[in-house]
Amino acid sequence: MAQQIVIIGNGISGITCARNIRKKSNDAITVISSETDHFYSRTALMYIYMGHMKYEHTKPYEDWFWEKNRISLVKDLVTSINNAEKILNLQTGSPIKYDKLIIATGSVSNKPEFPGINLKGVQTLYGMPDVELMNKNTKDINRGVIVGGGLIGIEMAEMLLSRNIQATFLVRENLFWNNILPAEEATIITKHINEHHVDLRLETELKEIKGDSDGKVASVITNKGDEISCRFVGITVGVSPNISLLKDSDLESEKGILVNEHFETNVPGVYAIGDCAQLKNPPGGRKAIEQIWYTGRMHGETLAETITGKRTAYNPGPFFNSAKFFDIEYQTYGSVNSKDAEDEQSFTWRDVNKNILFRIVYDKPDETIKGFNSLGMRLDHNLCDKWLQEKITVDEVMQNIDKLNFDPEFFDKNESQIIEAYNLQTGKNIKRKRKRFFSFS
Amino acid sequence: MKKDVTIHTSLSLTEESKEQTLSQKTGGVCVAIAILALVVAMSGTGKSYSATLLSIILGMFTLGALFYALPYFRGPAGIRNNNVMFNSMTNKGTIAWITAIVLTGFYIIIYWYSWLFDGLIRIFDPLSYLISNKPADQWFMYGAFYTLAVIIMGVRFIARYRHSRYHVIRTFSVMFFQLGFAFLIPMFLKKLNEPEFYFSYFWPLKYNYLFPSDVSSLANTGNLGIFMVLWGAIMTFIATPILTYKYGKRWYCSWVCGCGGLAETAGDPYRHLSDKSLKAWKIERWMVHSVLVIITVTTLLLWLNSYYKGEVLGAISGGFAKWYGFFIGAVFSGVIGVGFYSLMGPRVWCRFGCPLAAILGIFQRFKSRFRITTNGGQCISCGNCSTYCHMGIDVRWYAQRGQNIVRASCVGCGICSSVCPRGVLKLENGKEEGRINDKPIIIGNNNISVNL
Repeated sequence: MAQQIVIIGNGISGITCARNIRKKSNDAITVISSETDHFYSRTALMYIYMGHMKYEHTKPYEDWFWEKNRISLVKDLVTSINNAEKILNLQTGSPIKYDKLIIATGSVSNKPEFPGINLKGVQTLYGMPDVELMNKNTKDINRGVIVGGGLIGIEMAEMLLSRNIQATFLVRENLFWNNILPAEEATIITKHINEHHVDLRLETELKEIKGDSDGKVASVITNKGDEISCRFVGITVGVSPNISLLKDSDLESEKGILVNEHFETNVPGVYAIGDCAQLKNPPGGRKAIEQIWYTGRMHGETLAETITGKRTAYNPGPFFNSAKFFDIEYQTYGSVNSKDAEDEQSFTWRDVNKNILFRIVYDKPDETIKGFNSLGMRLDHNLCDKWLQEKITVDEVMQNIDKLNFDPEFFDKNESQIIEAYNLQTGKNIKRKRKRFFSFS
Repeated sequence: MKKDVTIHTSLSLTEESKEQTLSQKTGGVCVAIAILALVVAMSGTGKSYSATLLSIILGMFTLGALFYALPYFRGPAGIRNNNVMFNSMTNKGTIAWITAIVLTGFYIIIYWYSWLFDGLIRIFDPLSYLISNKPADQWFMYGAFYTLAVIIMGVRFIARYRHSRYHVIRTFSVMFFQLGFAFLIPMFLKKLNEPEFYFSYFWPLKYNYLFPSDVSSLANTGNLGIFMVLWGAIMTFIATPILTYKYGKRWYCSWVCGCGGLAETAGDPYRHLSDKSLKAWKIERWMVHSVLVIITVTTLLLWLNSYYKGEVLGAISGGFAKWYGFFIGAVFSGVIGVGFYSLMGPRVWCRFGCPLAAILGIFQRFKSRFRITTNGGQCISCGNCSTYCHMGIDVRWYAQRGQNIVRASCVGCGICSSVCPRGVLKLENGKEEGRINDKPIIIGNNNISVNL
């Protein structure tokens, strides 16, 4: 008999799960969201503000897709979960019954208790309402201050610049994103931020936000005592699982909703995936809470197997992620720490003038590879994944380095310089195997 | 020390933005002078002051466009699609409608009421005598404006995408083919009293090149004429399949063709306006292949008729060809194809109407080494690729499934790969094996085998 599956949240996790359940079963599927009518790509929010795209363009599926695939969409806010009667209470609509419940409520932006945090013009950036708010908050202003040197922070700086608003960017570390990126990478990105005329202030923290008589932000004061006048403050200091819904429920949670490797919560028939889920036993090298697009997608894919009868544990392959810092593309595969661990070593090649960098991290004793970083140079995901799983050595990578590049045609080839630098640094004499092959899959 | 740096950068920011406005204002002034000169020329004054007016018009248009493009060269290179969705010119606002009406009207006048432009055409006489030793006609003027548009907007395009050598090279290529093969050479041939022949256009885009009447009249002009007939036939039947097999449709559509050249350069500001819906794709396939069938049947009929000396269908097949020339050759490719740039995107003709694109597309889909490879699981479904595909391909649909993009309509412009913020897409010519991966595996999730 078809079961009633209800998914809270129409982000990448919930929607991937819904689509994959539909491929394998005839269950009734309902997706509830209070944010938007349809699934859109949260990662594209900045482009909507910048005028590269409209909301319509960020929808990965046309609107007819949902009815055709019998996925019913409900726009409403779930106010409480009644696990005993298997009922969801909604803010406006009538309660919804479920046989299986999937919680994919994502994150909420962190908003630390700075003085003046609730002034008009101070905001975070996570969802569609935030972009609308930012549209209003940045109308006819000259300067905005962004607090927090991470991915959303740099996006916000780019957003402000697109509207000729000067961006002052307060970063706690001595280089941008230096808590995640190794110093060489962080140096290039930091330099590039300056190239775009962002007023970047390193090792600077927010102390206080001051308002005017209308309750609108007028200036910020930094821990160095500087006062910067501005009409907008973007707070981008990370996100936390969105679990306010669980307040009075019997679902176990810590920072996020606690789940096992099958995304099962402590209540049978209730699951949690994506940003809001906290894995009790995260797979090796992975975090318990991983607020990444790709992770959400993989959670959704995996849970769909379990829901449709093939109980499957979450088993992600080598980690991967990517970003774009203004004009510099960044890709990472496997494990790359901001500082090499005791037993690891890394080889780095860079061309600072061209903002290009390539890094391999490898095990010190046996020289097997652990991770890749690249800036301004695209790497082949299939190959990185394969090589990391096969644990080949750094020398083998160097011999086959020509296959690794995923740059467009006619782009500069850096491979000979990379090999030269590697041989010089290690005293080895590695030769490239020039023969092309395509047989990886 | 640090504060000094801050003040310096903030100053340079204001200075730069002021300069940009100044440069763009200067550009606007130049274009306004050119338009004024156009009006003066059209009033009939063109005849008496042709050289002066021509240099003012061409000079001011060029200067104006270059001044306007100048800001694109400043600052770090990279994708700058800021405000595309807010700008009246690029977001189907009033300016876009005015542009569409002016361009459409221009085409209607050029095709059917060219005497209205007589004053304007006369100013091209000096240039026309220089190149072709003949007085200018509306097609000479049209060719001159067309070429100017490709070159000026080509410079702008190169400025915008100068971080990608692929775009720089192929833009030089379309500028070269437009200027040389689609303008100077045919005009120069006229000077030599040879047939006006376009070596960069082939049947069925240039449908009459394989019509019996054109073939016989060309062949009768001598050795060069015979070479032209052979050239046309070889390009259509031999070069096209081979080149498309090796490089995909792009060798022609976004590197050589004049229609494609204008779309890639002058049409670049409008590329996001193409319809990406599944419905539009269905309409596209019906339309473009119908045009191909119609022109093929027409050509065959003409040959049959000529073989049987007019005894088969007689005048009807000739009428068919005339009808095709009016509706497809003029109305579709010209009036709608270019006139509606600012409302429907620059590739309307290429996508829905061009029979040569249809043939190239069939090769590309079924027998070619070209594909756009998707980089594992790195797609974030943001939609930039689909938005900026002027052929209306929903690139994201494939990319987010980890599937290669093999589509008949793709002209290989490479913009999807450039606007992708995660480096997911790569145009390449590779082995046919594994080119079409219908059942892609999204990398990264080891317990999930196949993602259908």
